[in-house]
Amino acid sequence: MKIKFLIAAVAATFITGSAYSATLDDVMARGHLECGVSTGLPGFASPDDQGVWSGFDVDYCRALAAAIFGDSNAVKYNPVSTKNRFTALASGEFDVLARNTTWTYSRDTDLKQTFLGINFYDGQGFMVRADLGVSSATELDGASVCIQTGTTTELNLADFFRVNGMSYEPVPIETNAEAQEQFFGQACDAYTTDRSGLAATRAASGNPDDYVVLPEVISKEPLGPLVRHGDDQWADIGRWVLNALIIAEEKGLTSANVREMASAPTNDPEINRLLGTEGAYADMVGLPNDWAVHAIEQVGNYGEIFANNIGPDTPIGLARGVNDLWTNGGLIYAPPYR
Amino acid sequence: MSSLSFVRETMLPSSTPPTMEGSVIGWVRYNLFNGPFNSILTLLFGAFIVFIMYEILPWVFLSSWTATSLQECRDTIALVHGEGTTGACWAVIRERYLQLFYGFYPRELYWRVNLTFLFMLVALAPVLFPKLPRQLLYFTGIYPFLGYWLLWGGTIWTPFLTFAGLIVAFLVLNFISEKRGLLLGVITGILLIVIWFVFGVIPVAGLFNNALPLGIEIVESDQFGGFTLSVIIGSSGIAASLPIGILLALGRKSDLFIVKSLCVGFIEFIRGVPLITLLFVASTLLNYFMPPGTNFDIILRVVIMVTLFSSAYMAEVIRGGLAALPKGQYEAGDALGLDYWKSMRLIILPQALKVSIPGIVSTYIGLFKDTTLVSIIGLLDPIGLSGAIRSDTAWNGIVWELYAFVAVIFFVFCFAMSRYSIYLEKKLETGHR
Repeated sequence: MKIKFLIAAVAATFITGSAYSATLDDVMARGHLECGVSTGLPGFASPDDQGVWSGFDVDYCRALAAAIFGDSNAVKYNPVSTKNRFTALASGEFDVLARNTTWTYSRDTDLKQTFLGINFYDGQGFMVRADLGVSSATELDGASVCIQTGTTTELNLADFFRVNGMSYEPVPIETNAEAQEQFFGQACDAYTTDRSGLAATRAASGNPDDYVVLPEVISKEPLGPLVRHGDDQWADIGRWVLNALIIAEEKGLTSANVREMASAPTNDPEINRLLGTEGAYADMVGLPNDWAVHAIEQVGNYGEIFANNIGPDTPIGLARGVNDLWTNGGLIYAPPYR
Repeated sequence: MSSLSFVRETMLPSSTPPTMEGSVIGWVRYNLFNGPFNSILTLLFGAFIVFIMYEILPWVFLSSWTATSLQECRDTIALVHGEGTTGACWAVIRERYLQLFYGFYPRELYWRVNLTFLFMLVALAPVLFPKLPRQLLYFTGIYPFLGYWLLWGGTIWTPFLTFAGLIVAFLVLNFISEKRGLLLGVITGILLIVIWFVFGVIPVAGLFNNALPLGIEIVESDQFGGFTLSVIIGSSGIAASLPIGILLALGRKSDLFIVKSLCVGFIEFIRGVPLITLLFVASTLLNYFMPPGTNFDIILRVVIMVTLFSSAYMAEVIRGGLAALPKGQYEAGDALGLDYWKSMRLIILPQALKVSIPGIVSTYIGLFKDTTLVSIIGLLDPIGLSGAIRSDTAWNGIVWELYAFVAVIFFVFCFAMSRYSIYLEKKLETGHR
């Protein structure tokens, strides 16, 4: 681990020359956005049989491209693994990493990255077979637990059981696919990973009612897109595209009505500022005046993105929960656009 | 008494062999039930095979080919074959087999990949089968450039000028070698190539392309994937590692101190490092050492690393072959008055390589299978793609079908290599055993 950080630090020193040049200019000159995504994570990033990417993280990249170019398809996706994502971002292989990455202190500071915000609040949970009759994770004393080795989830699991004075028997596995095989094959009583992953796994089982996700959340996993240190203008663009999607949901702007709302100033000044019908706010960050219109029209607001990719009507079937707007009692909140 | 001798005057008609010989029953008895211990073993293994088949075959055949999602698959199988049946969902292969073969290569350009593959077989044929006309070897020489151009597209001038540069450098090398000696010739040749590649090819190709634009649509490296990627990495590694490996092996046995140290250092360093480390170096570290903005193709980087890796192993395999030759062979070469390269080319290497064939082919097969490691650095080879396919919510949870398909295709390639090596060994058999 230390070595990885060291490499990233060395890298950061090496690339400072390029890092201070304007990423936006590079992106404009190139004509498309380079976006780092997962090599495949249900609901977040996944290529279809034509090679077209879709998913929650992918939609953020599309919104960013729509804001810059007015075309949500002006993106190239760079699939990266958990192992090479940070070095690839630091070495400039892509402009922004949207790969359900947890915002942590050391990633922010030591790895020299700038997180643009939080677009998904995840947390580690447990899934068990329904016939086990367990209704709370505190009843899991002595259970065998399938756990991905070498991840933070492994450490969280150990902490949780120690704090609650319980014992468990770890069943180490390498990938999520292997975990599914083991868990459905009853090699372990419980499976623990991020709750979004648990939901996807449960949906994939073929008989979701046989499995329950326990209510306990034992860790904080705030996920969000990130860029490398050194170009604040680029970070601002990325941050405010995300914020614009959230504000859009808050203000009731959808992909269906945003064009109409942008055609003339409305009664709500924040909508007018966001959609460019009032003031020259887009100039401040170096984007075209109607950037938010393009992003919202072509991709949808935050709520639409959530519903299309991981919401209750998709096979993943996640409820909004803590990812609801602050006005609905959730944590999704954007600073005012003024 | 001696007059009672008897000489048979007619041949006896040949009688049928005993039922136990040459018949099926005899074969079974001789091979399978040869004594109580072997009979028990036969029964045990027979039961084991039947058990495996009993478990696997229903899964393979009580399957669905038509569904569009895993859930639909399970429903159709339950509907057709009865509730509770768990069958394979081959529908995922039907829907995604093109992707598994071609990655994200544009669909209307698949013919370019097919043509490249076909040309590869043509280019390989004269190397593999010496009975074919030798003129085909010219095509083999051109093939790497042709294949590169077909796969990646772009202007034809870049591969053409690269090829032309190599030819010119080789001619210069020959010319200077004759006039001024081999060393100077080799150094000039290599210098010429390096200068030409670094500074010459791209701008001159640009000029040519302006004058006469000849090219096909560009396909970027990130659109490569699936078996196309495996075969590109595998075959380039295989083709390049043998010559480099031979040179390294000869270098390691050389009497020249610097050459020997360099070769030993290289081989031991590369063999001491896991391939995955080299791949990480290729995917991330190399970028740090290049000026910002240079776009050094990721596939090219991976091919270089895989080639270096397998060359080191190849060198050791060939060194084993060299060591297997009796010292007399080397002395015979010297006694005939051959110089070093001639004695290597005419006497030592043909024998050493023949001895090394099983090792060489093992290295090749290992190398080809190792190409799946690139999934760890985010390249979508068949293994990486199976992960990506699984991430489609329609197919999330599907595992064995994809792995089975990938395994079958890999088996076809590896088994072909293995059979060819057996053919080659038989053909070159000169009775040393």
